[in-house]
Amino acid sequence: MKLSLFSVILFIILGLTIIGLYIGTNKQILSKVTLETIGYQMPVLGFLTFAQFIPMVNGGIDLSIISVANFAGIIAAILMKQFSYSPLMAILSGIAAALVVGSVNGILISIVKAPALLVTLATGFLVKGISLGITKGYIISGLPNSFIVLGAGNLLGIPISFLLLLLSSCILALTFARTAFGRSIYLVGANPVASLFSGISTRNIQSSVYICSAFLSGTAGLIMAARFNAAQADYGGGYLLVTVLICVLGGVSPTGGTGRISDVFVALTILQLISTGFNVMRTSAYLATALWGMLLLGILLITRKVPKHMI
Amino acid sequence: MFLRCFTISSNKIKTSAITYAKNPVVFVFCFTALLSVIIGFLEPKFWSWVNIFDLLRNYAAWGIFTVAQVVILISGGIDVSFTAIATVAMYLLGLFMVNRTITNLISGIIFVIAIGGALGVINGAFVYLTKVHPVIITIGTLSVYYNLLIHFTRGRWLYNLPAFYLDFGLMRIIEIKTPLGPPTGLSVLTVIWIGIALFTWIWLRYTKIGRELFAIGGNLEAARRLGYSIFLLQLFAYTYAGILSGIGGFVYGAAAQFIQPNAIVGRELDVIAAAILGGASVFGGKGSPLGSILGTLLLGVVRNALILLKIPSYWHSAVVGGIVIIATLFATLQIRYTGRR
Repeated sequence: MKLSLFSVILFIILGLTIIGLYIGTNKQILSKVTLETIGYQMPVLGFLTFAQFIPMVNGGIDLSIISVANFAGIIAAILMKQFSYSPLMAILSGIAAALVVGSVNGILISIVKAPALLVTLATGFLVKGISLGITKGYIISGLPNSFIVLGAGNLLGIPISFLLLLLSSCILALTFARTAFGRSIYLVGANPVASLFSGISTRNIQSSVYICSAFLSGTAGLIMAARFNAAQADYGGGYLLVTVLICVLGGVSPTGGTGRISDVFVALTILQLISTGFNVMRTSAYLATALWGMLLLGILLITRKVPKHMI
Repeated sequence: MFLRCFTISSNKIKTSAITYAKNPVVFVFCFTALLSVIIGFLEPKFWSWVNIFDLLRNYAAWGIFTVAQVVILISGGIDVSFTAIATVAMYLLGLFMVNRTITNLISGIIFVIAIGGALGVINGAFVYLTKVHPVIITIGTLSVYYNLLIHFTRGRWLYNLPAFYLDFGLMRIIEIKTPLGPPTGLSVLTVIWIGIALFTWIWLRYTKIGRELFAIGGNLEAARRLGYSIFLLQLFAYTYAGILSGIGGFVYGAAAQFIQPNAIVGRELDVIAAAILGGASVFGGKGSPLGSILGTLLLGVVRNALILLKIPSYWHSAVVGGIVIIATLFATLQIRYTGRR
């Protein structure tokens, strides 16, 4: 694989981040405990980032990812707690619930041609409202042990959820680099009219994009529920900004058409390290979120003159 | 609007009737009226003067936010950071009033206008300079403004606000005596809201800069080639919206009688929904501040109905989300079949 200048820059930033945090946190960032925490935290953020990555490459945006994730977690948790479903059936139902929302997004965006930001903002509110209505705002906790393995279990010392993240990154990387479907997503993002005239069914591509996104958010939600041993309607509200930030840092153009999974994965690692570093240094969550916002605006300002082919 | 139909010649009546029927604002008006009648039957309290004036007073701040959103939507953008701007303006105003730096209404209003305007300029500059979709920019600025505020002020609720501010929030322009219970009347906050909507409607319609905002929202590239300054126009739109958000924060605190930093953030969709229901388009180049009054009222009536019908509050955001989806569906299909925006 050819390594672009952009990837090299990202790796340099990653290196600098590790060195900075190593000094800043007094060597704690590379301690076994911290690395283990990162291993358990990264999958949730990672799946949500990929859920944001696909629509952004396609030239859209998905503002409903957090609500969909919590919705999937809540559906699975309720089915296990109140209807004593087996964890496997509950997981499948959670994913199915996410896919329903994804299909609604996909249909409204690709067939009705309503703007993605408005549709996903509205379905996000709708789904969050439904989650709140189902749970009455309470936390559902005390999930069965065989389900918690998904978020807290490990295989030879490596968290199972982290292995899932690695597996899905590989699958996504291959899909985006080698398959007709993946290449079409880039093309539709770069120029929808040209791709329609070159024989791509933009309608099918766009609707699949939002369904895939919902699948990944649903997975994130299940892992989150398993890790916290609880599901609630408004977990992870701050993640939306961070997913957009990671995608932009990873070279996804906000207007669509560019971005690679490998670069996004490096960006994800950088952000997760900084976030964990903040925790170790006991920075307030508010200050951290404000810094994420500034970082996003800063990156957008710096990269505004960089032509797309450089990334 | 409706009266005009009767003054023109008879064969024009039919065409203008069709034009009005196609206007989504008419649907919203009819729907609001129908909903109000139904709720009035189910819950007679809805049609009491107290409830109507309370509704108009409590939605004044949301109405002002909606006018701001309409200006942005007309210019082809979208702004989700107005909740943070309003919160910052309102909270800093509260802090300065509590420690007696701001001691009268005029300096208070000038203060919120300055804060709102400054934060709006930042939004506008980033939107123009980065050329990135404004929703991404304003999600960024929302988190910066709001989280910095909470980080530095710790987000405590402010109660012992000075009398001039509290009295202003309770001031009534017209007072009506109800046979049972306390007197009620038209709040000064409602008058501010309607005044801002009228003022915005007039300058959007009759000034050069107003027409140019419609032009950049309708077709940015065409407007650029006509020689309009996109930078100044976008900067103007976001600054104006920031100022209105600041004033909205002022009104919100006055209506609530105490200042709660987490009351406004998180309800962005209500305002965007009201703007769209009032005839604004997310594709840009279309919208009316007067229509936004109707959109805000519809949202207000719906939320009021949910409360009067004792539907638990956690279902409310689902209802708002559902309304926006239906409104978007209608608006988009209308564009498709009439070919007009």
